[in-house]
Amino acid sequence: MNEFDPKVAIAKRVAKELKDGFMVNLGIGLPTMVADYVETNVTFQSENGLLGLGPKPDEDKVDKDISNAGGQPVTMVAGGMYFDSAYSFSLIRGGHVDATVLGALQVDEHANLANWMIPGKMVPGMGGAMDLVTGARKVIIAMLHTVNDKPKILRECTLPLTAPGVVDMIVTELCVFEFINGKLTLTELSEGATIEDVAKATEAKFDICIKEA
Amino acid sequence: MNKVHSMEECIAHIKPGSVLMVGGFMGVGSPHGIIDALVKNGVSDLTLICNDTSWETYGIGKMVLNKQFSKIISSHIGLNKESGRQLTAGETEFELVPQGTLAERIRAAGAGLGGILTPTGVGTSVQDGKQVIELDGIQYLLELPLRADVAIIAGTKVDKAGNVYHAKTTRNFNPIMAMAADTVIVEAEELVEIGEIDPHLVMTPATLVDCIVLGGAR
Repeated sequence: MNEFDPKVAIAKRVAKELKDGFMVNLGIGLPTMVADYVETNVTFQSENGLLGLGPKPDEDKVDKDISNAGGQPVTMVAGGMYFDSAYSFSLIRGGHVDATVLGALQVDEHANLANWMIPGKMVPGMGGAMDLVTGARKVIIAMLHTVNDKPKILRECTLPLTAPGVVDMIVTELCVFEFINGKLTLTELSEGATIEDVAKATEAKFDICIKEA
Repeated sequence: MNKVHSMEECIAHIKPGSVLMVGGFMGVGSPHGIIDALVKNGVSDLTLICNDTSWETYGIGKMVLNKQFSKIISSHIGLNKESGRQLTAGETEFELVPQGTLAERIRAAGAGLGGILTPTGVGTSVQDGKQVIELDGIQYLLELPLRADVAIIAGTKVDKAGNVYHAKTTRNFNPIMAMAADTVIVEAEELVEIGEIDPHLVMTPATLVDCIVLGGAR
């Protein structure tokens, strides 16, 4: 038995949200891991211009002309499609992407998301994140519950927003939160986690409505 | 009309103060040979319009490192440490644009539209200074077209008339930039005779292309 890896646990849980037939865009980092645990038939979209993103190629099979949105070599599954950037974002903004999975710096109880900059420290640019969270039908945040033991799920985001009121679900190593009728609601606890653990690691106020497993 | 020229002839179109569009996404689908020639020739005070600023040692990132831009319009600069340094030091003006908005502003310029309405960026700092228009209860930002003096793009196969096939994910911003610039220079990985590219695979038509330079595989 391997040691508990919180990121793997998060990726496995997010994978269950991706239903048959979904078009899905995964962000860089932890969200990318979700692809390893998907058991349904979903099609991955990559905003740099492809639908049907496959796994990383073996080193001797790298095609310099196929990359993901991080510029890394990837493969294409059978039945995919390439397109230009305007078409790519028509898919994204036009509501054709069923779900996007992204990381976050902060999420608050109004479903606001901040994940693109820390003023004075880190200004990488928003890339496709603002379009993805505005256009995707379901926005799932996959992240560790805290950073340096400080909560990331807050009453109000203090960092510049990626978009207001867009988050549908937050999956962390401790629990799952969903926004139900606009209210942040604890719907699932990870194995071994308690409501007290979640409350201690969360600044935001939340309702509790644990779903039957 | 012969469009195939030497590198020197092609890059002579790019002058101090020019607004320059550069195709590619993290260097994939960028005209690497033209970029290297521009680094060597050192033309500066340019405005860059490009999806990202790549890495400082790869693609368009090399021109950032060489301080050839006074303004950069881009969606992502995070992989290039020199971009971050120039932003923090205030040496270069940056306009960070959501990627879909960047694509659509370029497309609008090429498509003869006066602007586009997008919900992306509403309620964020992207909204600052922009007109918000509400239609059927939804708020949109009015985003204006982006044009360039010169676009430098990459083609996997280019015929001698200038028809371009962009393979796989090298397509990205290349075809839309070719519609939004006064002068379009394409770097060909492979130069072929007219008629050798299946018309179904022509993604940038010859009539939009002014100059062709053979770059080879990179």
